[in-house]
Amino acid sequence: MTAPPAEDRAPTTATDPPWERLHPLTPLLRGGRLVVLGLVVVGQQGLRDPSALGTPMLVLLALGVPLAALVGYVSWRRMRYRVTATELQVESGVLTRRSRRVPLARVQAVDVVRPFYARVLGAAELRLEVVGGGDAEAPLAFLGDDEALRLRTRLLDLSSGRVAGGEGEEGQALPAPEPERVLVVVPTAPLVWSVLLGPPLVALAVTVAATLVAALISVQAVLPLLAGALPILLGVASMAARRLLSEYGFTVAESPDGLRLRHGLLDTRSQTIPAGRIQTVRVLEPLLWRRFGWVRVEVDVAGYGGGSQEQAATGALLPVAPRALADQLVARVLDGPLPTGRSAPPPRARWRAPLTVRRLGVVLDDRHLVTTSGVLTTTTDVVPLSKVQSLRVTQGPWQRRWRLASLHADTAGRRLVGGVAAHRDADDAAALLAEVTRRARAARRR
Amino acid sequence: MPDAVTDVVTGQPDAGWRRPDRRLLVLRRSTVWGLVALPGVVVAAALGVLAGPAEAVAALLLAGSLTGLLLVGVQRRWAAWGYLEREDDLVVRRGVLIRRTTVVPYGRMQFVDVTAGPLDRRLGIATVTLHTAAPATDAFVPGLLADEATRLRDKLAALGEARQAGV
Repeated sequence: MTAPPAEDRAPTTATDPPWERLHPLTPLLRGGRLVVLGLVVVGQQGLRDPSALGTPMLVLLALGVPLAALVGYVSWRRMRYRVTATELQVESGVLTRRSRRVPLARVQAVDVVRPFYARVLGAAELRLEVVGGGDAEAPLAFLGDDEALRLRTRLLDLSSGRVAGGEGEEGQALPAPEPERVLVVVPTAPLVWSVLLGPPLVALAVTVAATLVAALISVQAVLPLLAGALPILLGVASMAARRLLSEYGFTVAESPDGLRLRHGLLDTRSQTIPAGRIQTVRVLEPLLWRRFGWVRVEVDVAGYGGGSQEQAATGALLPVAPRALADQLVARVLDGPLPTGRSAPPPRARWRAPLTVRRLGVVLDDRHLVTTSGVLTTTTDVVPLSKVQSLRVTQGPWQRRWRLASLHADTAGRRLVGGVAAHRDADDAAALLAEVTRRARAARRR
Repeated sequence: MPDAVTDVVTGQPDAGWRRPDRRLLVLRRSTVWGLVALPGVVVAAALGVLAGPAEAVAALLLAGSLTGLLLVGVQRRWAAWGYLEREDDLVVRRGVLIRRTTVVPYGRMQFVDVTAGPLDRRLGIATVTLHTAAPATDAFVPGLLADEATRLRDKLAALGEARQAGV
């Protein structure tokens, strides 16, 4: 599919490129789920009782379908976009007109999202993550596949300042997508196991144990117990399934635009994070994964998450990988080796954090602050010092009793908000605050 | 009263920490008198009429001790506030029960708010709040005289613009 022809009616200055339209099938794709739902309902009714498909249904169809088509068409006609040298401009709306200007310098990441039904028709949605935008600032849904990829390259080029934009015709202005180098592909088997070795296994084990105990006490109690456990099991299973579907075929690649993450079985998503946009990296090691030596890596950029659930569900840089590989990748995306070793809190910190004290730690070098914590899941947070927004030392009354204090390094991430060096010796925390402040200042200027 | 944390931050004790104005303390104290002491006296009077002198005295003692405690707490909280404008960053410290020290580099400031409620305005004080791109940043200073609030805001805005670093 090619992009629809540009509208020449639009007022364009000499330097600005012409306005463009979304994919012509956009109304169908956007209303696609409704159409399918409607067909299913009508079909079921028809199967059960063919006479019900009489006049009312026909009237509904005769009125509803053209009306929906008209609304879809008009809103498609009204939606247009263009990319100037500094901005993405989007105008939309039928009754309420909306005109949006997204400064490209503030773009943090660009995602190409392909829901299953859009993939079938060769269409994709382009989402821009912008600082301060709770939701994706400017979702362009839907574009043709090729157009989405070309536009992504163009936006990333302009936002990084690698290409001076604005001049020339569309053909020259939108270069072909650049080649990428695949770093990691997560195989399916470990992914499936890693998802199962979590809430699903725990839920199943608890259910089996409870059933056995109930059976020993009274056989009559078994059935109600299982009936009660079923919704929980289903919920856990559906969460696991969603994770599998979303993270299936996870591919990490490096492209000239930045880091590229592709994943998904039915709905696919291709995220591009330009270099130097990562605010925080978190490495998770759940208890049940420990004997396999697996970890999960999550990243956050400013602007990601906080919006729809769809975005909150993502954030993985690697859904599952051996520790060594994960460490290598983290060092790579953060542009430099991570500091090794860690400084533990004083032993008296066990009075404040009896369970976590064994895992607490912090280590600092010129570019990164690394903190660890966690009880069941060992969590390591890596904060690039150049991304630190503010530093805090906090001390609660019980901490003061034991002369402890915690240092927080805040970043602009939405889900991963920075690192905490918890329960340090109070003087250490103060010294660390001074030291991190100094190094962060140096890192910002670098 | 610089504690261990702030000492190390500044490198020298009492290196020009500024405080909220005394009017903030006046405001907090009057809030305690108005919301705790006064209702306490009213309740005690009502008890004296309805129940008896013993109950009235008990209520008075209770209200009195509560008021005393709160007055001490308010005083200490007020005294704990401090802010320090350094070359590259602003340091804010606060809290008695939970002590917090926050360092915000000027270049990280996204915007500065000056807010004043109706009581604040009567007393001529305002709160200055610093916002960065990080949701966890919690730097604000209450009880600044209007002139000082404006000065601080303008200074922070100017320095923030001069040293703005990309997110």
